[in-house]
Amino acid sequence: MSDKNTTFNSVGGSGAERDRQPSKADLYRERLDIFVLTPLRVMWSDWRTRTGGLIILAYVFVGVVGVHLIEPAQTGGPRLIGPLQNMQYPLGTNNLGEGLLAKVVHATPPMLKMVVSGAVFSTALATVVGTVSGYKGGYTDTVLTTISDIAMTIPGLPLVILFLVVFEPSNPFFIGVILSINAWAGLARTIRSQVLELRDQSYIEASRIMDVSLHRIIVDDILPNIMPYVLISFVNTGRGVIFGSVALFYIGVLNVPFSNWGIMLNRAYSTGGALYSWSSLYWIITPMAAIVVLSLGLVLFSQGTERLFNPRIRARHAESIEETGPTTGD
Amino acid sequence: MRYFVKRVGQSLLTIVSVVVFTFVMIRQMPGGPLAYIRAQVMQSRGADSIDMAELSKLSVDYMNYSVNDPIHVQLFNYTAQILQGDLGRSFNYGEPVGEIILKSAPWTIFLLTISIILTFAIGILLGAVMAYQEGERFDTAWTGVSMFLNSVPYFVAALLFVYVFAIQLSWFPASGNVASNLDSALTPQYVSSVLYHATLPIASLVLTGFGGIALGMRGNAIKEIGEEYIRVAHLRGVPGRRIAIRYVGRNAVLPLYTQFMISVGFMFGGSVILEQIFAYPGLGYYLLEGINARDYPLMMGIFIVITVAVVACILFADLTYGMIDPRVSDEASREAY
Repeated sequence: MSDKNTTFNSVGGSGAERDRQPSKADLYRERLDIFVLTPLRVMWSDWRTRTGGLIILAYVFVGVVGVHLIEPAQTGGPRLIGPLQNMQYPLGTNNLGEGLLAKVVHATPPMLKMVVSGAVFSTALATVVGTVSGYKGGYTDTVLTTISDIAMTIPGLPLVILFLVVFEPSNPFFIGVILSINAWAGLARTIRSQVLELRDQSYIEASRIMDVSLHRIIVDDILPNIMPYVLISFVNTGRGVIFGSVALFYIGVLNVPFSNWGIMLNRAYSTGGALYSWSSLYWIITPMAAIVVLSLGLVLFSQGTERLFNPRIRARHAESIEETGPTTGD
Repeated sequence: MRYFVKRVGQSLLTIVSVVVFTFVMIRQMPGGPLAYIRAQVMQSRGADSIDMAELSKLSVDYMNYSVNDPIHVQLFNYTAQILQGDLGRSFNYGEPVGEIILKSAPWTIFLLTISIILTFAIGILLGAVMAYQEGERFDTAWTGVSMFLNSVPYFVAALLFVYVFAIQLSWFPASGNVASNLDSALTPQYVSSVLYHATLPIASLVLTGFGGIALGMRGNAIKEIGEEYIRVAHLRGVPGRRIAIRYVGRNAVLPLYTQFMISVGFMFGGSVILEQIFAYPGLGYYLLEGINARDYPLMMGIFIVITVAVVACILFADLTYGMIDPRVSDEASREAY
């Protein structure tokens, strides 16, 4: 449905163009422009999404490439040297002689895995529950809403701790899912109320009269409208997973073979007498900075994301859609 | 009235499902409470002889159900006992769980109440001022600061405060809830000691929390200021102060009510980490103690109490929402497609 529309738009320009049949290459170029290049341009035009996106990319780079460039931390090096004193350990070492840079870098991939799995799990579940309960209404709605209300009121962190104690997971993907075990409920409620508003719009009523299947109505007509909420909450859930995992690693509830910024903090604080002078500041600031910068990147990204789905801003940045309104400049 | 009944029923349903859930979880635990009780019996009676009667008696005492009953009877007894307020007996402390909770809950409630009030007061005020100064330097600066503070986890702030203000500068105590040489009485000395010990925990929650509220309030207020009825009010000559408080303020604060409900749950959950960092003997502290010592009755009891507290707060907020915002009615469009 939406495919036909975009082709129609691009052909509806001048008379000469109207006669020419668009070739396959044109079609692909147009799709690339609409689905890939335009969102990128919109993102780049807002400083928040730009900075946030760059920060996230940097972490992904560190997680994918950086782990091959920097050797895993090993004990037995010189102990407690400060940052920038020994070029072999640019960020200094801890009380076991492990390089802090290597520890921060090698904690990144499991963290990214947890973030992605947690965010995918909770947004996917929330989108399904929210759209179905909002659109179907009736008993389906009552049952699904009651379940999400219950999930929403159970305090998250204690629940997560109980799950972790019972299952003792060690796979980062599985831990990510447990950490966002009831994060989906809030988003499901938001999506439901959006869908409740949407479902009585005339164009959706038209689809219903045309006997379009429920599946197609939800995918074609409803989902594009709730994408902003989905993306923003994807990013927020990711942030929640970071907060939760670092906290639980810090208090030692999670026992896993991989390293984490929370474990680094725990080591600094639990080593007796390690923190009694200002010179140990680098030891706790390094993991804290890793946490705060990644989370800041996600916050910036989600704050600017709303523009991505604003059709007016999109149209201004798309090359394959002809300008109809007055040019406002870019 | 129908709404009232429905909401109360839903809250009860939540509590019952949490109790059932904890029962199932206890049975899933590796090791499990039964192993503990069996070990106790063996210790008192010699290695091999396990007296079923004693085992049953101890399990009723600690866990509220007898191991000899069929599982549905166990579940029923467990639920019934808990709904009557009997949460079992702690393995580790030997006291009834209820007493430990009565002792620790006031501290958590004290900490969280002050934190929530301060977070929302500062956030709402700041957000409103930012909205009225939209686009100016004050707004830009504070939007940046709010976004930054919003991305600092409360426990990172707490750890940093402990390092800077407690360990290095010794301005505040690093742990505890009150100076140990004071008797608990409402003397000025005692109260000031309590506040002194609570400063860092409260500061770490408030400083990392108000940014999000301010951003939310700013967005709502800007949207509200752009509405037609505000312009009409200006044209009618309604005084600016009245518009700011009664028109814009009221309507912009309403959507924050949902955020308030989420905050309550979030802060109660977060108390596990926060109280651990400050060794503050509240509910969260004992919950983690229970988990680390595999003290099943204690951890389940506190988990249930925290859930009930959050459910009660949300129920209260939900039921009073209608008084603040009369537009809320029983959701009308419930037609099924």
